[in-house]
Amino acid sequence: MRVESFLLESARRFPDKTALVAGPERLSYAELARRAGAFAGRLRELGLSRGERVVVFLHNSPETIVAVFGTLLAGGVFSVVNPGTKADKLAYILNHCAAQVLVTEPRLAGLAQTARERAPALAAMLVAPFEYNQAPPKENPGIDLDLAMIVYTSGSTGFPKGVMMTHANIVAAATSITTYLESSADDIVLSVLPLAFDYGLYQALMCAKVGATLILEKSFTYPAVVLEKLKSERATGFPLVPTLAAMLLQMKHLQPGMFPDLRYITNTAAALPKAHIHRLRALFPGAKLYSMYGLTECKRCTYLPPEQLDVRPESVGIAIPGTEAYVVDDQGERVPPGAVGELVIRGAHVMKGYWADEEATARALKPGLYPWEKVLYTGDLFRTDEAGFLYFVSRKDDIIKTRGEKVSPKEVENVIYELAGVREVAVIGVPDPILGQAIKAIVAADEGVREGDVIRHCAARLEEFMVPKHVEFRGQLPKSENGKIARKELIAA
Amino acid sequence: MKQDICLAVRRFISENFLFRDDGEAITHDASLLDAGIIDSTGVLELVSFLETTFGIAVQDEEMLPENLDSIRAISNYVSRKLESSKAQLVV
Repeated sequence: MRVESFLLESARRFPDKTALVAGPERLSYAELARRAGAFAGRLRELGLSRGERVVVFLHNSPETIVAVFGTLLAGGVFSVVNPGTKADKLAYILNHCAAQVLVTEPRLAGLAQTARERAPALAAMLVAPFEYNQAPPKENPGIDLDLAMIVYTSGSTGFPKGVMMTHANIVAAATSITTYLESSADDIVLSVLPLAFDYGLYQALMCAKVGATLILEKSFTYPAVVLEKLKSERATGFPLVPTLAAMLLQMKHLQPGMFPDLRYITNTAAALPKAHIHRLRALFPGAKLYSMYGLTECKRCTYLPPEQLDVRPESVGIAIPGTEAYVVDDQGERVPPGAVGELVIRGAHVMKGYWADEEATARALKPGLYPWEKVLYTGDLFRTDEAGFLYFVSRKDDIIKTRGEKVSPKEVENVIYELAGVREVAVIGVPDPILGQAIKAIVAADEGVREGDVIRHCAARLEEFMVPKHVEFRGQLPKSENGKIARKELIAA
Repeated sequence: MKQDICLAVRRFISENFLFRDDGEAITHDASLLDAGIIDSTGVLELVSFLETTFGIAVQDEEMLPENLDSIRAISNYVSRKLESSKAQLVV
């Protein structure tokens, strides 16, 4: 099965049902499918052939979802890029995956144009709104072994890595997740998560799969507006990350039982603090709360069955249905309960590798049980309890988690080093009640370099979530014996 | 008074969110959200700035784009809040 059949099949079964609500727009399944088909026709006219890449650089909007399904219907491969991305990084991505088409919107078109000029292989740029008057392509778009999407994610080297997912990978992940969430066509899911974030994208894919309705919001900037919508649209599903939960719980006027239709809340990206779990459950007494853990490389690894939340509030649970998750030592041997080791994931949802990066692929994907298979080494340290439930211990690398996003310290450090007068820099995560971790830059610089200079410099070159919240100046940074900056010492301080 | 509020708000936004060079370019009516200046955590910082600077209490249900999404909207909102608290003092 291919991913675009989620949409086509639901359009056949429920043509008049509302597929998508975005601001004032309400689209039926038939209309969403028609637009995706027309968009596919347009891509073919532009010369897109099977397997070629389309970079989707848009804020959350119906056009983003149309572009995703349209690309697949045309036999292409999509990559949704965070709309906060700056020109340098967008150009890097366009060149890295040799994109044929860039899809964007008027607000981002200037930046997109700058990036386009540095991406000679790019054949066309489409700026929303689109006309949907082309006929859909007649050719078969391909089979489920074909690559469907590339998701760019922070790499420890400072350059983003492109996670490759086939149709079969996505179908496997979406099937498993909708199974444990007990999703159905009766669901109405409200999502404020960016579609560039796989957690946000899968809300759209999974709604299409089961024929549910997606309420797509641009952001959680005005929680009162979003919560009003949650109520008036009678949403049944509400996916969160800890930062959103913290913002929600700061609101003082919420009363238990205000959202009687809500069936479930999900959380991923980082663990919810225990106090927040209690308060969420008090506020949403009728909703099941799912704690989950995953990484882009396989979409989702584990979930905690909601009835286990009181028994094991700190566990991220068990492998998602149809997959395996286990802890190994440095030799790749499974370890007994209680012992800490690296989490390994096995299943049809595991990525095919990183685009054009064999070295990084070989580090993440290693031989599995059978000669033809690869399993995913997550780079995360875990342990299990006697009953086999998994607990996150720490990451093996320096990646910072802030606002549910992964940030490579190296990427931020590289940018700060470009600032005149900076001699040394180390970027670390510090605890923050809302962000989970806040980004802090510790800088040794010549006189005259100020906090504002560092932040301004970063904000012009990095996505908002990567910009340091704190800057500390020191005469010099602590070093290890071999002269490297002693990051561990800075984190411990 | 309103002008003072506008100035203070503009300064806060320039110093905290407008890291680019177009600090002066933002108009009174431009949507801070659409311009990519304020996001979901930014709005919390803005609210806490308004509360401490002007001594007002921003209610959850007042955290709306109508009140906070442009420099003009913010200064109108703050002056309304200040007037209503003054009125209460007089009574």
